[in-house]
Amino acid sequence: MPEATASDNGTDGVQIDLFSGNRMANLTSMEKIRLILDGVRDGNIVILEEGLSPDEESKLIEVTMAEISPDEFNGIEIETYPRSQTADQSFLDRLMGRQSTQKLTVIGPANQIQTLHKDENLISALVSRK
Amino acid sequence: MGLLTDLRDSISRVVDRLFSESEPKRIGIYGPPNAGKTTLANRIARDWTGDAIGPESHIPHETRRARRKENVEIERNGKKVTIDIVDTPGVTTKVDYKEFLEHDMEKDDAVRRSREATEGVAEAMHWLREDVDGVIYVLDSTKDPISQVNTMLIGIIESQDLPVLIFANKIDLEEANVERIANAYPQHETVELSALEGENMDEVYAKIAEYFA
Repeated sequence: MPEATASDNGTDGVQIDLFSGNRMANLTSMEKIRLILDGVRDGNIVILEEGLSPDEESKLIEVTMAEISPDEFNGIEIETYPRSQTADQSFLDRLMGRQSTQKLTVIGPANQIQTLHKDENLISALVSRK
Repeated sequence: MGLLTDLRDSISRVVDRLFSESEPKRIGIYGPPNAGKTTLANRIARDWTGDAIGPESHIPHETRRARRKENVEIERNGKKVTIDIVDTPGVTTKVDYKEFLEHDMEKDDAVRRSREATEGVAEAMHWLREDVDGVIYVLDSTKDPISQVNTMLIGIIESQDLPVLIFANKIDLEEANVERIANAYPQHETVELSALEGENMDEVYAKIAEYFA
């Protein structure tokens, strides 16, 4: 993680943190959620190379709701590519109900990020300063 | 190790369902805010028990607590199912009290409503992970169905191996587009209806009896 933030550098920009799949692989579900929400609550845009599992997404919504506070934090905007209907899953994965979580995911503060367009290959978002 | 754990969990879920055939199935009514979930829950409850479940409103997050109507017996085409209907708050990733101020609400009321709404969403997610046997996913057929919340929730439901029916609601409105919903989630059956006007409820009940029996 960078030590300096955009504001520390005297710039009035938006910090974007891109987390590799490897960086997230060794974290527990709650550690991932904490990492995301701490970043988002600081006004950063968090990009996950490989996304979250459905169970982690469910917990992320639940924890986000617990942290919403009037005039302080309104929640998150989250975008992933829609899961392709032709996405290959092995027979065993389908049998076990497992889904691939390898989908690039963009998460930001609800009051700073607005999705302009999304399809299977493109997420276009407008990010504003705090 | 993970594979064995997954296999054991899958077998356990199947066994649990086999041995609970006689128990009422808890069917969660899920969807985004203002899709008509409570209107549908009330329609089903009134049709089969004579009672409603909760108040309906055009203001988002009217339902801020999961509400259950027990032992609703639905019978169609020779198939019968007893369900507990669980009407859940609309799921979202953000709640801003300022949205409620647009509905002529005082700030204190709007803040209280937003706080209750966030608790309700968290509660709905908890029910989904732990306490429902099947899901009716309600979408407003006048709106784009491929929102992130819908995509995420349907992914979560699928990962839980829960049977799911997608209900394309509000077909009484001119802008309704059921095909857009059916195309967005082709892996699930889509049933069109107007919960408000009671349109196509015969098919709705036939599908509930068939899917959840």
